[in-house]
Amino acid sequence: MAKNVHNDYKMKFSVDEEYPDLSLHNNHMAKVLTKEMYSKLRSKSTPSGFTLDDCIQTGVDNPGHPFIMTVGCVAGDEESYEVFKDLFDPIISDRHGGYKPTDKHKTDLNFENLKGGDDLDPAYVLSSRVRTGRSIKGYTLPPHNSRAERRMVEKLSIEALATLDGEFKGKYYPLNGMTDAEQDQLINDHFLFDKPVSPLLLAAGMARDWPDARGIWHNESKSFLVWVNEEDHLRVISMEKGGNMKEVFRRFCVGLNKIEEIFKKHNHGFMWNEHLGFVLTCPSNLGTGLRGGVHVKLPKLSTHPKFEEILTRLRLQKRGTGGVDTASVGGIFDISNADRLGSSEVQQVQLVVDGVKLMVEMEKKLEKGESIDGMIPAQK
Amino acid sequence: MANSFTRILSSKRNVGILSLVGAGSLTAGFLLKREHVTAGANVRRVYPASAEYPDLRKHNNCMASHLTPAIYAKLVDKATPNGYTLDEAIQTGVDNPGHPFIKTVGMVAGDEESYEVFADLLNPVIKERHNGYDPETMTHPTDLDSSKLTSGQFDERYVLSSRVRTGRSIRGLSLPPACTRAERREVERVVVDALAGLKGDLAGKYYSLTNMTEQEQQQLIDDHFLFDKPVSPLLTCSGMARDWPDARGIWHNNTKTFLIWINEEDHTRVISMEKGGNMKRVFDRFCAGLKEVERLIQEKGWEFMWNERLGYILTCPSNLGTGLRAGVHVKLPRLSKDPRFAKILDNLRLQKRGTGGVDTAAVGSTFDISNLDRLGQSEVQLVQTVVDGVNYLIECEKKLEKGQDIKVPPPNRK
Repeated sequence: MAKNVHNDYKMKFSVDEEYPDLSLHNNHMAKVLTKEMYSKLRSKSTPSGFTLDDCIQTGVDNPGHPFIMTVGCVAGDEESYEVFKDLFDPIISDRHGGYKPTDKHKTDLNFENLKGGDDLDPAYVLSSRVRTGRSIKGYTLPPHNSRAERRMVEKLSIEALATLDGEFKGKYYPLNGMTDAEQDQLINDHFLFDKPVSPLLLAAGMARDWPDARGIWHNESKSFLVWVNEEDHLRVISMEKGGNMKEVFRRFCVGLNKIEEIFKKHNHGFMWNEHLGFVLTCPSNLGTGLRGGVHVKLPKLSTHPKFEEILTRLRLQKRGTGGVDTASVGGIFDISNADRLGSSEVQQVQLVVDGVKLMVEMEKKLEKGESIDGMIPAQK
Repeated sequence: MANSFTRILSSKRNVGILSLVGAGSLTAGFLLKREHVTAGANVRRVYPASAEYPDLRKHNNCMASHLTPAIYAKLVDKATPNGYTLDEAIQTGVDNPGHPFIKTVGMVAGDEESYEVFADLLNPVIKERHNGYDPETMTHPTDLDSSKLTSGQFDERYVLSSRVRTGRSIRGLSLPPACTRAERREVERVVVDALAGLKGDLAGKYYSLTNMTEQEQQQLIDDHFLFDKPVSPLLTCSGMARDWPDARGIWHNNTKTFLIWINEEDHTRVISMEKGGNMKRVFDRFCAGLKEVERLIQEKGWEFMWNERLGYILTCPSNLGTGLRAGVHVKLPRLSKDPRFAKILDNLRLQKRGTGGVDTAAVGSTFDISNLDRLGQSEVQLVQTVVDGVNYLIECEKKLEKGQDIKVPPPNRK
């Protein structure tokens, strides 16, 4: 194991002196990290040199909000989840509905297993989207990676994506070097990602060296998109206007499987294990890392007193149309799966498809002035 | 390489260390260890330096101007004894390409040894930033004898307030970009402990950012004393805002004329200020206060980071030497509109800022005027420069009021 000089230096100071002040904090890390746990883990370091303090810095710097419970820690590499198991296991359990250290996660990217999903009413469902993340085995993650590693991830990604053809034929636009015209087009398409401004991400060191080795790839029809080196090595997105989630999911699965094959051929498959599923930077994205969702018009249902309860029972969450931490505009909501770990991709997208279909029917009932009390679903 | 500060350590410190027995194993322990200045090898070097070299093509800062691939390759495997690396030192400059008109420094020091271990990069950066001052051949004069200041009372029809600030670092503890929580808390303890010993017009009180009451907070805001968590990416990218607000605080004397910030951008920032134009009194209090604080920390076996090449050691290379910015808020409605204003300031070795401080705009032709230089001249010399320069500016303003013409003064030294 390589030496971590700075962490060794820190060991000269006592636990009491180094333990962070978490008295005003409300995040999963702060709930779980006792002084005893800190004492046990602080001398440890992953093979690449990532330490406990590195994991928790974002949670120390961002005390959180009384109403919104953030995770408060990140992984710097695949091994973080092992070396700091004592920290991550209870956080994973809290965040992922009681998921136990002995549980196994099922991966199912066989789009044919999805039932329905091609008949969501486009008068209500304006767009459909499925995203996930992937990490390239053998490289450390965005909080910790060096410039050379980040560049290698970009290089491998460009090579892999360049071999795609047919509906997946596309082009890579590095953030550093795109023309003004390309930039404007990507902004208009709502594809371009910016340097992160959220302190949750900045405090974890993910924005270092921006925009070096960051970029966006998309296919010609602009329905399949890959972000390189933003919050994860890769974010993979399939999307289109309208309500054909079935097609969006088909393209998602086919594209992902193709990309994975190519990375595997270069001996750099994706980080995955049977306990945590796909390994990503934030513990909240473990498992499938999948967020499948729609932009849907629900002006009446969203003001119904049972709206939140319905969402919870359907295992769905709402966001504004700008994504996480934004507000809804004109009664249009982003509705997506709440779960990531402990159920498969197919299961999660099925919940979205079935749940949104039901909510659109409820909206139509409310438009006619009828009651939806008989339609409230049981807890899924 | 390591000799300048180990020599100082061994001469004065041993008395201090012995007196520390019983004052905490923390301090005695690592103070004694400091004699070993071996650069620690750092963790992973999987890729060659050329693969790691940052892309600085769009950058305009001092670090980018001097970090050649060769220097990067030479220094990238080095680390200070505490494990601070080149990549950490330059991160802020990589992340903040800068502005075509404003050249920032683009790197910081994580500890005192950074200035030694990364000298191959820091020395040319220092030379550029401090007008040719060469740390390898020159020595920096320190002079805190405020009695030498002349003409230090300004016309108060023009000068609204006077202020002198500097920074001080506690030797043996890492600087804000690199310090651990324990080190930061130790800085707070050492300084607060010393400040509690101040008497007379310097007696005052400490307000920790974590523990202050709402009333205290409001009062400090009204006094314009309260500092916030840094938002400037220049600072946040170097890691100075970690663990905020742990171990940060503000101390001020009862008359609110002497103020110390703890653990903001430096271990300490020391400020002497008053309304009006009595720069002499401001500087007297500044020197007296600084000397007294130094005496009090030395009683406990601590000292400030200082050496004769670089003067006082601070986080940002731009603040080396005296770390001193002496300035006034002064009304110059006519002069500020004169096209020769910038040239006059330049020749007087002064700079203007808005009344909100660095990177703000002037309000109603009231400007913050202060010294440009920090390193290579002493505190007395720099404050005298400000005094003479501001007096000249006021003379110009008065001439313009009477419809007379003004002269651009010849360049002052450099």
